Amino acid sequence: MPVRFQVNGKPVEVVVEPRLTLADCLRHHLRLTGTHVGCEHGVCGACTVLVDGAAVRSCLMLAVQAEGANVVTVEGLSLDEGLTPLQASFRRHHALQCGFCTPGMITTAHALLSAEPDCDADRVREVLSGNLCRCTGYISIVEAVLDARTAYKKTMP
Amino acid sequence: MKNTFIGASIERREDLRFLRGRGTYVDDLQVPGLLYAVILRSSAAHGRLRSIDATDALKIEGVHAVITAKDMRSKDYPSGVPIVPMRLQPLPEFQPYEQPVIAYQKVRYVGEPMAVVLASSVAIGEDALEHIAVEIEELPAVATWQVASKDQSVLFEATGTNRSLTFEARKGDADTAFKDAPYTRRERMRTGRHYGLTMEPRGVMAEWDAANNKLTVSGAAKVPFFNRRILAKQIGLPESDIEMIENDVGGGYGARGEFYPEDFLIPFAAKHVNRPVKWIEDRRENLMAMNHARETEADLEIACRRDGTIIALRGEIHTDMGAYMRTNGAVGARNAPQFLTGPYRVPHHKVDSHLWMTNKTPVGTYRGPGRFEGSFYTERLLDMVAADLGIDRVELRRRNLIGKAEHPYKLATAQPTDAHDQTDSGDYAATLDRCLKEFNYADVARLGGKLIDGKYHGIGVACFIEGGAAGPKESARLEINDDGTITVFMGTASVGQGVETIYAQIAADALEVPIDRIRHVYHGSTGLVSDGYGAYHSRSVVMGGSAVLDATQKFLGLLREAAAKRLGCSESNITLDVDKVTGSGASLPLKEFAGLTAEGAFLNHRHTYSYGTHVAHITVDARLGHIEILDYVVVQDVGRAINPLTVRGQVIGSLVQGLGGAVLEDLKYDAQGQFLTGSLADYLLPTASDFPNLRCFVTDDHPSPINPLGAKGAGEGGIVAAGGCLANAVANALQTLHVEPRALPLSPAYIWQLVQDARKLCPDAGAASFEAR
Amino acid sequence: MKLPPFEYACPTSISEAVALLASHDGEAKPLAGGQSLVPMMAFRVASPSLLVDLRKLAELRQIGITQDGVTLGAMVRWRDILEDARLKTAHPLLVAAVEHVAHYQIRNRGTVGGSIAHADPAAEMPGVVVTCDAQIAVMGKTGARTIAAGDFFLGPLMTALKPDEIITEIRLPAWPAKRRFGFQEFARRRGDFAMAAAAVFYDDDSGKARNAHVGVIGVADRPLRLPSVEAVLDGQKIDDAVIAKAEAAASAAVDPSDDIHSSGAYRKALVGVMVERALKDASA
Repeated sequence: MPVRFQVNGKPVEVVVEPRLTLADCLRHHLRLTGTHVGCEHGVCGACTVLVDGAAVRSCLMLAVQAEGANVVTVEGLSLDEGLTPLQASFRRHHALQCGFCTPGMITTAHALLSAEPDCDADRVREVLSGNLCRCTGYISIVEAVLDARTAYKKTMP
Repeated sequence: MKNTFIGASIERREDLRFLRGRGTYVDDLQVPGLLYAVILRSSAAHGRLRSIDATDALKIEGVHAVITAKDMRSKDYPSGVPIVPMRLQPLPEFQPYEQPVIAYQKVRYVGEPMAVVLASSVAIGEDALEHIAVEIEELPAVATWQVASKDQSVLFEATGTNRSLTFEARKGDADTAFKDAPYTRRERMRTGRHYGLTMEPRGVMAEWDAANNKLTVSGAAKVPFFNRRILAKQIGLPESDIEMIENDVGGGYGARGEFYPEDFLIPFAAKHVNRPVKWIEDRRENLMAMNHARETEADLEIACRRDGTIIALRGEIHTDMGAYMRTNGAVGARNAPQFLTGPYRVPHHKVDSHLWMTNKTPVGTYRGPGRFEGSFYTERLLDMVAADLGIDRVELRRRNLIGKAEHPYKLATAQPTDAHDQTDSGDYAATLDRCLKEFNYADVARLGGKLIDGKYHGIGVACFIEGGAAGPKESARLEINDDGTITVFMGTASVGQGVETIYAQIAADALEVPIDRIRHVYHGSTGLVSDGYGAYHSRSVVMGGSAVLDATQKFLGLLREAAAKRLGCSESNITLDVDKVTGSGASLPLKEFAGLTAEGAFLNHRHTYSYGTHVAHITVDARLGHIEILDYVVVQDVGRAINPLTVRGQVIGSLVQGLGGAVLEDLKYDAQGQFLTGSLADYLLPTASDFPNLRCFVTDDHPSPINPLGAKGAGEGGIVAAGGCLANAVANALQTLHVEPRALPLSPAYIWQLVQDARKLCPDAGAASFEAR
Repeated sequence: MKLPPFEYACPTSISEAVALLASHDGEAKPLAGGQSLVPMMAFRVASPSLLVDLRKLAELRQIGITQDGVTLGAMVRWRDILEDARLKTAHPLLVAAVEHVAHYQIRNRGTVGGSIAHADPAAEMPGVVVTCDAQIAVMGKTGARTIAAGDFFLGPLMTALKPDEIITEIRLPAWPAKRRFGFQEFARRRGDFAMAAAAVFYDDDSGKARNAHVGVIGVADRPLRLPSVEAVLDGQKIDDAVIAKAEAAASAAVDPSDDIHSSGAYRKALVGVMVERALKDASA
């Protein structure tokens, strides 16, 4: 069936089976391979995207459920050149190694910081506990997110 | 401009693509005409495979083919079905236990591949699985090493035994030493099954170009050159027809990258149907198909003098190997008996290690293979010894740590592989002292055993060494690009460690150019260097980095020779200056020499030993069995830190893996060999909330004498001592309850049971505990 | 782990949704947040022939607070509960329990109705509705009915819902301002399903407990009220001695089986500790 929605600010239309997940639709139909699939049962968070501003597990959403929605992936949270303040903070703190969980971490952190630029370390850990990382041990990721708060405070009205 | 990049915390160049979702992992690859492979796996743990009938599956629209053993007619194998050979410790005794690439007479573990479905989508392929009729005559399952040791139900009728081998680790004369020892202690302990789960599951994409006899395999990792060698023999092609491409790799930890059945099945499928084929492992498969590790049981005895100095260690270790000997399956089972002495001086050593085949997923390496287990055993014994002899456990360790002047210190020799090893350099006591200082041990240790606000406080200490830099060789190549920048090609592999940045640092320093002149660093794929080895045993910095140094020397030699000719001066007058060569007043831009390439190598047969100490402060809620880590400090000396930022990442990352294995992760089977931990809701990985209070300090006070960088492999030290340190902390916390952990993982139910069992033996235990501020 | 094939419908009214569910011979399932159902389908342990997506039914997303109590539309998400500041006073036990549910991303999609219908024996929301004597309002082809929470859960992943019925709302009785309560959960990691959890409340009648409610999850095939524990509390001053009796009674009242995470004996003891700690919080 046809589905129309927005991805990273651009309208898209795809024709998909109902059983196709949003994650697979983004990765294979729309060739936005930045969103990664790590478990397909809603535990690892590698597939996190923003749907109407909220961080969701795209492996648990059907593409057909995205009808009319505004979807943002890691590509949509990136600049054509250079890094955003959040990405630069990850790099500065060595908050990634193999990079596989990283898009999910970036989208989740972006959602958190956009809504709660004053979040503390406990809140960051709580929110990120739905995103598994096997390489870093998380310490540097939490530090990177905390260090990015100032950038989000500046952009808040 | 000497050495400005080595030793600097340079931000990684890899990050630029990973942070923006522009990495290319194997599932990101697409080619026209691609078919998707889905694997039918055994749901029986042990049985005779009578028939596979795919007739109904083939009727499904979108199903292209179903491949089984019947389709394999490889001339080099008696059954036609290729076997996966062992890469490390390939002893003849192991051959009968090697795995066929697909099941053909028996199935021996839940998850063993039986058939490969090729379909126009993964979903259709999975639909097809349900329509393949499989007849298996079930046999009694061997689900533990104890059952295996009875040899009643035997996995391999040809040998008649489930014991594939026994390693013997020997040094001195332990039996004599025990006879006269003033003090001995014997314990049975065990470590639970877990594995190096990677966030990116495995994947292989194969393209067969029949017209040009070219097989291209993407998704390679860790040891692409070895794997090409294996594949070439299995598939009957010369190595030169095969290219293995390493893309971005979502973690390795010793588990990904070894040659698995799928590494044959997918290229075979592509050649068989003359279409490109891609297989991406899903998580359900990964849990039951990626190498398991770490399940051992030990019966060990330690002998000491009255002052606590160790005289001898002897005993037996049993390793549950799973159903087949994997390419590197013997490593952990060999390392555990050989290296369990860790950083300690042990003059007499006699430990046998029995390898038992069971109807479970086959075993391979996981970061610090055998060393994590061995460290747990030794560190627990040392704390018990300290308590028995009334010696402070830190002091006990000090008395037994190998001293600075004792290097190289000979470790036990392992037979039948005749594996000798010795330490290289270092001041093990110095990292112990530094760790205690950073931890504030002098104050915090007083809390050990105290009950405060309903929780018992405990402090644990453990010291470790980490073997690295496995040889025998590594290659690197430099080439000048069209624009005068330089590309470095590596025979090592990336599994996420940041090698691109590190090799750029080393090359830039050696050439004395700014780091951005090293425009690209490529790694892993077989087309890059003539003879590559890969990433394992913490070797990438030492072996790869030293190969880069050799390559830069050869490169400079060729460049000087070429430039001298062009500039009409002697070679000794030529200097490389950022983007040009100058000599006798004239200069030429480097791009004039585009295409100039030089390959270098580093040969090595000795191991480096980075080393350090873990100290932990925990609380235990004895009523829940729950451990909380309040502070955990690791100090590790790495010989020479090429990039302190990434080294710290390795220490913390491997530490959290170690804590996962010590507390949370546990692969479980029932008595019928049925796999019970089939999802990430059952197999528990550490999350950001679980271990927030970790600190590490990396030093490089004692370079390694065995390589020009002075570096030591440092990716595994954080994991090695985690189990012993944490278990010692639990024992320290619950000392008034007389609890001694002897098993990992330290799950809440296990700790609670220990408390209950101890209470039954000593009903008054805990009466002496007291609330304290 | 791709999903098995199914048909998909996205009705715009409850009656349309019910008609769709009734049309597939018991093989259709409602789709709410998908956080529990989709994983089951990914493992192919659930294979409905039709998914009826409830996302367009705006009338199921309301949170109502009146003097009669709190009504949660079936499609109310965990996030909606945590963001509705009124609930901190209108039903603090609900909020305390929901704080343990899952993770950030799941809370943006997961719904109270979905959790109740899924009926995992270790899920917090079924525990809350059973403890609080909630009413589950459902709509089916034969019309609307309400099911008492105590009658709703029949076993692991089994409820009294008929195949053509959807939950429309959950009605929690009014929560008096002075009510004493506690919620204690122990999970292996933050956000995991409970190894055991206890929800307790009682009203204070001149220093003595009255109307005690004690509910537990994770220790049986469904959430349980523990009347034997409530009997220990009613009419008593909730002091250390009474709490110790309540702990013992809670452990005695359950008989959990062994599973891959723990022995039954461990959970038996654990639930006692959860009740004890919840009572300590309540009486503090």
